[in-house]
Amino acid sequence: MPEWWAFHRRTRTFLAAPSARFGLIVLAGVLLCALLPGRLAPADPNEQQLLARFTPPATRTSDGTLAALGTDQLGRDILSRVIHGARTSVLIGMSAVLLAGAVGTSLGLTAGMRGGMSDHLIMRLADMQFAFPFILLAITVIGVLGASIRNIILVVGLSNWATYARVVRAETLAVRERAYVDAARSLGLSRPRIVWRHVLPNVSASLIVVATFGVAGAILTEAGLSFLGLGVPLAIPSWGGMLAEGRQFVDTRYWLALFPGAALFVTVMAINLLGDALRDALDPYLQSRRAVGQL
Amino acid sequence: MIAYLVQRLAWAAVLLVATTLMVFVVVHLSGDPTALYVGPEGTRADYEMVRAALGFDRPLPEQYGRFLARAARADFGRSLRHQQPTLPLVLERFPATLKLALVAMLLAALLAVPLGILSALRRNSVLDSCAMTFALSGQCMPTFWLGILLILVFGVHLGWVPVYGGEGLRALALPAVTLGVWAMARTARITRSSMLEVLPQDFLRTARAKGISEWGVILRHGLRNGAIPIVTALGLELGNLLGGAVITEAVFAYPGIGRLAVEAVVNKDIPLLQAVVFTIATALILLNVAVDLLYMVLDPRVRLA
Repeated sequence: MPEWWAFHRRTRTFLAAPSARFGLIVLAGVLLCALLPGRLAPADPNEQQLLARFTPPATRTSDGTLAALGTDQLGRDILSRVIHGARTSVLIGMSAVLLAGAVGTSLGLTAGMRGGMSDHLIMRLADMQFAFPFILLAITVIGVLGASIRNIILVVGLSNWATYARVVRAETLAVRERAYVDAARSLGLSRPRIVWRHVLPNVSASLIVVATFGVAGAILTEAGLSFLGLGVPLAIPSWGGMLAEGRQFVDTRYWLALFPGAALFVTVMAINLLGDALRDALDPYLQSRRAVGQL
Repeated sequence: MIAYLVQRLAWAAVLLVATTLMVFVVVHLSGDPTALYVGPEGTRADYEMVRAALGFDRPLPEQYGRFLARAARADFGRSLRHQQPTLPLVLERFPATLKLALVAMLLAALLAVPLGILSALRRNSVLDSCAMTFALSGQCMPTFWLGILLILVFGVHLGWVPVYGGEGLRALALPAVTLGVWAMARTARITRSSMLEVLPQDFLRTARAKGISEWGVILRHGLRNGAIPIVTALGLELGNLLGGAVITEAVFAYPGIGRLAVEAVVNKDIPLLQAVVFTIATALILLNVAVDLLYMVLDPRVRLA
């Protein structure tokens, strides 16, 4: 089957799922907010208007400005903070996944291609990583190093490499036995070149699916850390930080916690739906089962 | 079977030592951990005194050796804030977290397994769609947001349960549901897919042909054979629940070990943090051994290997 036809078929399978279309639209909106928060937000997210504190949603403040999602305890516009919060989530989510993916893929490829002692050592390390409660590791590292965007990316990224390593190793073990890898080897290609040209492209489908779910996990972790007061500094709007502040007023001012939580929930849901659709489109096992009517 | 057991116990011991190494490395990530103990207001003399007293002036391998020897005696030093040995502080809070995690787990298992089985039996029906939408939503729901929403609805508006604090099962209801939703969602999905694998198998047809009732076939033959992934998921979930309790306890001001961990981080109480991490990690490692033992009960292939 020509490569373009396989790509076309996968794209068609992917876009045929309504959940994938929903996920794509929501994510496009979140990405737009992350890229252009200054243009989309109606106000400065940190501008305090103490006379307009706790303005309910869809109400005008005393100066006549519409607070679509209300204002918080310092009179800051919640819609603007939610839009700016998207940048924090996207930045940390994607950076952490890039880091985890780079480390995990390198180790997974090494384990799969070299086998033997390297494979054993890397996989036992991965087992140890899985055995340790991640959130505790994260708060311990943040407790020692201090909270900052860089430290959160490092801790979330370096705590999740094991998933990528396992998936890439499993795929590599299958790919390295294929005839085209044998052919490349017999043509005298070096091992790094074989990995780069022949193995990596063939494990990338699974990698994309895992990375998609990884972004959702990283965004939730960042929000969880910010909720605990161990995430991004308070001056930077983040959905988790907004939820932590809103929790104190939940009995009387529900909107402080409702909207940042909803933004987080919808974003994570969209990423997961996209991940499910990608897995369905890229997994040849699922496709073959669908073809014989087993699903 | 004995070889399998010995292998799992040896691996648990390796993991315990690895945990001490991880805790040691994390504490030394900042370079010299003395500053964490002295704080910004300490003088140079305080700094030197603490450094010598805690042995941070010794070479790193020696420091790790001493740390390991103390960890073997369950001695993680004195809490800087509470000014008393750390382990009793942690063990005092641990039962509350364990109770919360177990109730959450029980809720998850009792709801998720029947839901997963029904979804698999009525595949592509309205029930299946609703159950899987619920499962997907549960997996995407930030626990801290769910906790706040539950407080808002059941605590503030309906007044059914105390918002914070309280005694007994009523006080445990909201934290347990909050903590258990993720596990419930995941277990329901795993049960469904595991049962979908088992239901078309020939041995179920044979069981039906022998005249066993439909529910007997499904529960005694189907579920028994589909149980391995479900038990694995639930075993792993209990680990996640113990770790994830950190956030749930913060939402509900629940007096457990997770809240103690956050307090330790906020107060820079490193000895207390070490004790919390080590206690939870040890509990998880023992739990994994227990799950491995359960495999032997469930799967004759493991028992006879």
